[in-house]
Amino acid sequence: MIDENIRQTIEGIVKKLPCRDTAVVPALSYIQKVNGHISESDMEELAVILQFPQARIFSAASFYSMLKLRPKARYHIQVCTNVSCSLLETEPLIDYISGKLGIGNGESTSDGLFSLESVECLGSCGYAPAMMINTDHYENMSFDKVDEIIDKIRRNKMDEL
Amino acid sequence: MDKIIFKNKGVPDLHKIDVYRGLGGYTALGKALSLNPEELTRLVDESGLRGRGGAGFPAGAKWKLLMKYKVKTVYLICNADEGEPGTFKDRYVMEFDPHLLLEGMAIAAYATGAHHGFIYIRGEYDWIAKILVKAIEDAQTKGFLGSNVMGSDYSFYIDVFRGAGSYVCGEETALIESLEGKAGRPRLKPPFPAASGLYGEPTVIHNVTTLSYLPFIVENGPEAYRAIGEGWSGGTTLFSISGDVNKPGLYEYPMGTSLKKLIYEAAGGIRGGKNLKAVIPGGLSSPILKSDEIDVAMDYQSLNSVGTMLGSCGIIVMDEDTVIPVITQKTARFFAHESCGQCAPCREGTNMIRHLTERIVAGKGCSDDIDQVLRLCRYIRGATICAFGIAATLPIEAMIRKFRGEFEALLI
Ligand SMILES: Cc1cc2nc3c(=O)[nH]c(=O)nc-3n(C[C@H](O)[C@H](O)[C@H](O)COP(=O)(O)O)c2cc1C
Ligand code: SF4
Ligand code: FES
Repeated sequence: MIDENIRQTIEGIVKKLPCRDTAVVPALSYIQKVNGHISESDMEELAVILQFPQARIFSAASFYSMLKLRPKARYHIQVCTNVSCSLLETEPLIDYISGKLGIGNGESTSDGLFSLESVECLGSCGYAPAMMINTDHYENMSFDKVDEIIDKIRRNKMDEL
Repeated sequence: MDKIIFKNKGVPDLHKIDVYRGLGGYTALGKALSLNPEELTRLVDESGLRGRGGAGFPAGAKWKLLMKYKVKTVYLICNADEGEPGTFKDRYVMEFDPHLLLEGMAIAAYATGAHHGFIYIRGEYDWIAKILVKAIEDAQTKGFLGSNVMGSDYSFYIDVFRGAGSYVCGEETALIESLEGKAGRPRLKPPFPAASGLYGEPTVIHNVTTLSYLPFIVENGPEAYRAIGEGWSGGTTLFSISGDVNKPGLYEYPMGTSLKKLIYEAAGGIRGGKNLKAVIPGGLSSPILKSDEIDVAMDYQSLNSVGTMLGSCGIIVMDEDTVIPVITQKTARFFAHESCGQCAPCREGTNMIRHLTERIVAGKGCSDDIDQVLRLCRYIRGATICAFGIAATLPIEAMIRKFRGEFEALLI
C-alpha cells in the first residue's frame, strides 16, 4: 500500500527532478524500501500518482533485478558467484551458506528470517569473495565470517522476542 | 608524480570538502571558469583524454561533436554503473575523493553548456550514493555547485540517481532509458546521445574516472597529461586487479605499463607461489590472454595488437589450478542473465551458449558442442543493437580457441 508518507516522498522526488519520467525507478525503489517489496496495487497506485499508464510502471518494475515484486525474507543474502570471487573460493561460499541455513538458491527459511540468492559481480572483486545482506556489502568473506554474521542476526532476533 | 587520481590517496577525511579544498581542490574549476567553453574544450582535446568507461573514445572529440547541437538544453551524465565484472575503480573515487568527481563534472558541464547533471550510480553502491549526496550538498553550500558557481553567472545542479540492478544499463543509451523511467534497453544509434539523449536533448555521458582526470588537465595543462603514458594512450589509468594474486586491489599506473609488471610487482605475484595460467586484461568482456602473452603494454593499441582490449582496465588473474571451461560457463551465465532481451540473436544466443557450456562442464557435452558455441558467437556478433553482443561473444571465443584441449577433455 502506498501510504501518505510514501506519496509525499514520491511527490518530493518528482518536484526535484527536471522531468517526472525520471521519478519512476526512484519511486519504485522507495516503495520497496518501506514496504519490503512492490505489490501489484503499489504499481497501480504509482501509475496514478505519476500519471503514467500502468504498463509503463509494470515494465520498468519487472526489468530490474533489485526490484522485488514478491515478498522476501527480512535478511536477503546475495552472494556473488562471478569469476573473481569464485577464483578465491575453495568451496563456493553460496554452498556453505545454503548448507548452514538449510535452504537452496532462491529459497527462504521457514521463519522468514533469511533468503538466499546468487548474484553477479558486486564491484567488490578486489575484496573477494563478496556478498550483500539487504543493502550492506560484506567483503573478504570466509566461512568463519559467515558464521559470525548469521549467528549475530539470529541472536539479535532472539533478543527481540 | 605519476599519480593523478591517487594524488591525495590516504589523506584522512578526504571526502570532506574542507579537506579537499585545503589540498588545492576546486582551484581547477576556478581556472576553467576563467576560460571560455571553446578554449576549455580545445585544452581537453589537446590532452588526448580517452574515456575510461570501456570504449576509449576521446573526450574532446565528444565535446566538439556536441557543439553542433548546442542550441538546446544540454545534459551531463556521469556513468557510475560500474558493472563490468573485475572492475572496481569508480567506487574508490566516489567513496574517498567525491569532490574530485564533482569538480570534474562541473568543468565538463561548463565546457559543454550543461546546467543539469546526473550521477547514475549502480544500486548496490548504496553507501557511496549517500556520500555523493552529502558531497553535492556541501559543494552547493560553498558555492562550487548550484547557482552562480564560484561567483560566475554559470549554474550547475547535480542529482544522484540510483540504478536498480542491471549490467546493460551501463551502456549509455540503456542508461538514458533507465533515467527516463523505462526498462534499460539500449537504443539504436544513431542518433548518438550528443544529438539526442536524455529527454531527446543533447547529452554528454562520461565514466566517473574520465571526469576525474579533468581537474588535473585544467590545472597542469594538456602537455603534463600527455607526458605520462604512451602515444595516443596518454595519462595514467586505474587498474583493478583481482583473482589469484597476493595483493589484489586498485592501482594507478601510467598507460602502457607492462601487464607482467602489474601482476608481479604491483599485485605481488601469484598466490601461494603458484604459476600463472591466464589473465583477462580489461574486464570480463575482454578476450583472455595466456601466460606467455603477458609481456604486453597496457594501452589501447598494444592490447588490440594481441587480439584483446584495455576495456575497463579490470585485470582478472588465474593461476594454474583454474579450470577454464568453468570460467567460460560463468562468463556465459553472466551474459545470458544480463541480456536485455531486445534482439533475438543476443537473447536466444547467449542462453544457448549458457546451456551448451553448462553441459560441457557437467561432462555431458557432445562432440559438436564446442563448435556450436563458436558458431553461435559468430551469429550473435554484428546482429545486435548494442555492443553487448560483442562483449558477450569475444571472451567466450577466445577461451575456447586458446584452451580448446580442456574443453575437449570434458566431452563424452
Ligand atoms: C554492455 C555495456 C556495458 C557498459 N557498462 C559501462 C559501465 O558500467 N560504466 C561505464 O562507464 N561505461 C560502460 N559502458 C560504456 C558506455 O556505453 C559509454 O561508452 C561510456 O559511459 C562513455 O564514457 P567515457 O567516454 O568516459 O568512457 C558500457 C557499454 C556497454 C556496451
Ligand atoms: S545486444 Fe543484447 S543487450 Fe544489447 S540491445 Fe540487443 S538484446 Fe539488448
Ligand atoms: S566478481 Fe564478485 S564482486 Fe566482482
